[in-house]
Amino acid sequence: MTAPAQPPLLEVRDLRTEFRTDEGVVRAVDGVSFNLEAGRTLALVGESGSGKSVTSLSVMRLLPEGIGAITGGEIRIGGRDLVRLSERQMRRVRGDEIAMVFQEPMTSLTPVYTVGDQIAEAILTHDHTSRRAARRRAVELLETVGIPEPAVRARAYPHQLSGGMRQRVMIAIALSCNPKVLIADEPTTGLDVTIQAQILELMRRLQKETGMAILFITHDLGVVAEMADRVLVMYAGKVVEEAEVQALFDRPLMPYTQGLMNSIPTLGATVTGAAHPRLKAIRGSIPSPDNLPPGCAFHTRCDFALPGVCSNAPPALEPAGGGRLVRCARWRELDLASGSAA
Amino acid sequence: MTARGDEHGLLSVRELRTHFPVRGAAILSRRRIVRAVDGISFDVGSGKIVSLVGESGSGKTTVGRSILRLVEPTSGAVTFDGTDLLALRSAELRAIRRRMQIIFQDPFASLNPRMSVGRIIAEGLKLHGIGRNAADRRARVAALLERVGLTADHMRRYPHEFSGGQRQRIGIARALAVEPDFVLADEPVSALDVSIQAQVLNLLQDLREDLGLTMIFIAHDLSVVEYLSDRVGVMYLGRLMEIADARDLYARPRHPYTEALLSAAPVPKPGARRDRIVLKGETPSPIDPPSGCVFRTRCPIAGPDCARVVPPLTQIGPAHQVACIKRS
Ligand SMILES: Nc1ncnc2c1ncn2[C@@H]1O[C@H](COP(=O)(O)OP(=O)(O)OP(=O)(O)O)[C@@H](O)[C@H]1O
Ligand SMILES: Nc1ncnc2c1ncn2[C@@H]1O[C@H](COP(=O)(O)OP(=O)(O)OP(=O)(O)O)[C@@H](O)[C@H]1O
Ligand SMILES: [Mg+2]
Ligand SMILES: [Mg+2]
Repeated sequence: MTAPAQPPLLEVRDLRTEFRTDEGVVRAVDGVSFNLEAGRTLALVGESGSGKSVTSLSVMRLLPEGIGAITGGEIRIGGRDLVRLSERQMRRVRGDEIAMVFQEPMTSLTPVYTVGDQIAEAILTHDHTSRRAARRRAVELLETVGIPEPAVRARAYPHQLSGGMRQRVMIAIALSCNPKVLIADEPTTGLDVTIQAQILELMRRLQKETGMAILFITHDLGVVAEMADRVLVMYAGKVVEEAEVQALFDRPLMPYTQGLMNSIPTLGATVTGAAHPRLKAIRGSIPSPDNLPPGCAFHTRCDFALPGVCSNAPPALEPAGGGRLVRCARWRELDLASGSAA
Repeated sequence: MTARGDEHGLLSVRELRTHFPVRGAAILSRRRIVRAVDGISFDVGSGKIVSLVGESGSGKTTVGRSILRLVEPTSGAVTFDGTDLLALRSAELRAIRRRMQIIFQDPFASLNPRMSVGRIIAEGLKLHGIGRNAADRRARVAALLERVGLTADHMRRYPHEFSGGQRQRIGIARALAVEPDFVLADEPVSALDVSIQAQVLNLLQDLREDLGLTMIFIAHDLSVVEYLSDRVGVMYLGRLMEIADARDLYARPRHPYTEALLSAAPVPKPGARRDRIVLKGETPSPIDPPSGCVFRTRCPIAGPDCARVVPPLTQIGPAHQVACIKRS
């Protein structure tokens, strides 16, 4: 499958986001671009600190005021550039066009209101409807997201619900305004696997029903394989590889992508193989954005880094055929499938 | 590989129960309790790694803490190298704790931010009077740091100067400092990125080979424990659903809950999972667990009998036990 020809709903071009810290200005997102089309899921994957959440907060324009700011690029949706909108205009975009689900639903729900009231409130900020109609719609939404006895649960407070239920409530709030784009930032991280399976199934069903586009942020390549149509791999604030999901897993082109894939234990590997195999770990850890090595930011951990090449000039993100992009000076000569340089 | 993990059990747990009173429920006539651990038996052979896997609230941490007497078990027996741990008084307990150490999940919370890494690791040495003098202890700390993949000059630094994976290495060095016979590792890699998780799992693999570590390894996820474990026990709502030699469990899971857990894990192969068993609903409360089999309310194969009989953990193979009346 190659990228579809339909026009993107969301178009991010060369996004740069910086934070002011004690140590100086830190560029957390450095020239990120992507397109997202209706009915498709784009996964943003990478290790902790790679800039996934900052990318999504930038799109939502929810960066901490006075500390973080978009310093370059465009975020286009429906012909407008979100970077240039006022906060008032932006409030309409959030919810009407883009909604977001966070990792920790407890911190984004208000403890003192019932979940039914919180969903109704979200509806009322966008629709001119009566409070009663909003409450009714809230119960319907709870049913849509698979909460049993929705009328009863609507009267519950967040702390009375399990983590999985709270995440369903967050999804209900996000859906309340029929957004075209849903940004889900680690929506199942911290949930049990059986509950994660339920939430992922729910998101797939809702996408099928509504045709919404999903920007799915995760550090779990298993979840990526399950949810994504297309994948953006991030490292140290930059996109290092972009491809359709099948192509990426069949043949990663960037050594970092391959390293991530190798780090995952394969379920059932000991059934036919050795009893106590070792994993192929990536050495070292991700550098912080205020302390990046020169050249390719990954070269200090890369098994294929060439001295004098990878440590000198930062490689560009370049087309690698079939709609793929890769940021690696050596991608043409590497055959990562067999783990050697050709 | 021996077929049975329990032939030379260093640690044996029998019918362990740990119940907690529910706070603020005294007004009710019937005393309400959380059945956090409700009748668990297993053995850990010398030099073996036994993993306990199960979802949040299934009682894994409570099993571990009960074994070390960090919480008081309600009933049952725990024998460590011939000693009945539950009968020990506090002085005797302190002496045996040197032989039993813990590695925690959260490398950020479990290291004192005001202590240098050298002091953090040396603390246990001092407490248990290991090492002839300060210089000797320093040499031991340096060797430990190198053993876990750090360097001797990391000794002078403080926890905040380290990444998550490095902090977990410090936690491992601290646990190993007193040369324990047994280590409880409670979700030691759950908070780490995959690449770092792989590093730490490899380190534990090395340590098990070099030092013959005996360990209980607690995790949420069956995939994380597979490479490391000799035996794997699957917990649900305070009970063991199934326990078997690792390879056997992954090759022939028998309990429907084990099957569901295996099936729920996302696999990094696009298009691989279309026939998933998605369990309905959520884990019931351990205050009021279902009668009979505690898993029956979510079980895809439960029948009427499952509400009546508490399934005993039954031997179905040489080292394979399962608690399911339909599968044993
Ligand atoms: N408020 C802030 N002030 C300063 N730096 C920040 C702030 N928020 C994020 N950063 C920095 O931006 C970088 C990217 O962070 P981000 O939260 O996007 O990572 P992430 O990929 O979402 O990681 P995780 O998987 O841990 O959620 C990090 O180095 C982080 O330290
Ligand atoms: N000190 C305590 N007092 C009351 N209840 C407790 C206490 N400690 C644990 N519990 C309860 O006992 C049950 C088992 O908890 P435990 O922490 O052992 O589970 P776990 O399997 O380790 O879960 P997780 O994967 O979330 O760490 C839970 O319902 C928990 O709320
Ligand atoms: Mg994040
Ligand atoms: Mg626990």
